[in-house]
Amino acid sequence: MAMKIRLKELARSRSGDKGNTCNIGLIAKKSQYYPVLLREVTADKVKDHFGDFVRGKVVRYEMVNIDALNFVLYEALNGGAASSIRSDNLGKCFGSALLKMWVEVDENEL
Amino acid sequence: MKTVRIGAGQGFLGDSPFPALDVVRYGGVSYLCCDALAELTLAILQKLRTRGAGAGWTPDLRTYMNLLLEECRQRNIRIITSAGGLNPRGAATEIAEAARVLGIRGLRVGIVEGDNISGCLDDLIQRGISLDNLETGEPFSSLNREEVLFANVYLGAGPIVEALNKGADVVVTGRCADTALFLAPLIHEFGWSMTDWNRLAAGVVVGHLLECSAQSTGGNFSGEWWNVPDMHRPGYPIAEVDEDGNAVLTKPEQCGGLVTRETVAEQLVYEVHDPARYLTPDVTADFTSVRLEDLGDNRVAVTEVRGGPRPEKLKVSIGYGSGWCGEMTVRYAWPDALQKAHKAEEIIRRQMALLQIKPQEMIVEYLGVNSLLGPAADGRSEDLDEVGLRMAIRTRNRREAELFPRLFPPLALSGPPGLGAGSFGDNRARELVCLWSALVPREEIKPVVEVLEVD
Repeated sequence: MAMKIRLKELARSRSGDKGNTCNIGLIAKKSQYYPVLLREVTADKVKDHFGDFVRGKVVRYEMVNIDALNFVLYEALNGGAASSIRSDNLGKCFGSALLKMWVEVDENEL
Repeated sequence: MKTVRIGAGQGFLGDSPFPALDVVRYGGVSYLCCDALAELTLAILQKLRTRGAGAGWTPDLRTYMNLLLEECRQRNIRIITSAGGLNPRGAATEIAEAARVLGIRGLRVGIVEGDNISGCLDDLIQRGISLDNLETGEPFSSLNREEVLFANVYLGAGPIVEALNKGADVVVTGRCADTALFLAPLIHEFGWSMTDWNRLAAGVVVGHLLECSAQSTGGNFSGEWWNVPDMHRPGYPIAEVDEDGNAVLTKPEQCGGLVTRETVAEQLVYEVHDPARYLTPDVTADFTSVRLEDLGDNRVAVTEVRGGPRPEKLKVSIGYGSGWCGEMTVRYAWPDALQKAHKAEEIIRRQMALLQIKPQEMIVEYLGVNSLLGPAADGRSEDLDEVGLRMAIRTRNRREAELFPRLFPPLALSGPPGLGAGSFGDNRARELVCLWSALVPREEIKPVVEVLEVD
């Protein structure tokens, strides 16, 4: 049966900054979840999830060796760490924000 | 097979020096590598220097040296640090002074310079090197040259290796690739060729896993962080590396923290763009080739790393002033905490109009609601016990940024009820610094290495 869950149930994350670009590493909690991440967490969905926080494009890379996806979010940090006027100037919370995303899974995938 | 143990001593300016001492005392390392420079740190150092509060190197350098120099000397541990910031030569004199006061004689301090190209920008442009913005593609001519605060190239491991070869006990650099601080001692010890891409890439991966101190040993762990033991005294990472570049990542047994495939994998993805092409001055490392294997007992094997040729060009990071920030946070109590914060926001906005404060940008955040997750927040608003209102503006001139926070204290008497008056914090205007990254042909950059002996 299909159900909606938060990405937090399937993955861990870490995010950080380079200039005005933010990256989020998303790591499957179990190898069996990796195909679900591949299917559910597309670059377009991530771009939508962050709304006007991310002005540029979002690019997704695969790291099958550690069951991870890496998202690179351009023009995402309000000018970059030392130029940002946001509370999260370094983009450290982008990883947490991504884990809030709703994804659709079948219960036999869990 | 020969192995070398290197340890992490610092992850950024502001890190604690005590875990470095634990690595020195209990880590069995031959090298202590300290990454003092996050990407934005040169901006901080430049601001401190402008205010007369620093001379370009990291203000905590002396603290580190006072704590570590003697202990390292006793154990023949060599220190490599990027604490030189904008002034590695000045930092070297500070290290020498620390050694003198501690009564350490004959200490050799290696200085790596040549990363600062702020004086050569015109020359580079004139000779047709574009310096276009790597992130946005904008031409360098669009940058107001008056605003440029610094321009530093990310150097590779080569100059640090040279300083080690010349016998330096401590090597101090300015801007260099973070990973170079860790790769250099491996090249020095094993005599790796500078075109042995797989081994160099392995050293870069080790460096990447060590450069952010506790971030690979349980810090910032997004898994079961509540099960990471004793993080009041985190064990900073240590790598035992063999001459083929295979490594085991661990930490001092006496300290807290957690080294598992999970904690290490989280650091592997940190601040990476294309993981198959992680660019450094020395090699292009393929992070998708890395094999992480849990050996148990806080030990993780890092093997099978592949690499390819180094990039033709080096990255330069140019900092320029991008205006001022004025900000204030106030907090409101239940009942109707969020509604009160909204009302306060409205009052401030209308006062801004009266006073003709016209910022380039304004950000409004509600602490407890959306200040960290932004558009991804649920924005819950029902019956909150308290809410913070943070307003921040970006302005061209300093005066407006200074004026803005002064609008808030009167809210204590004339705004909505239930304001925690102790919440009026630091209200100084903050200078904003933007980074402009560009590429420079390698042959334009001439690193200089010198080793001084303290008598």
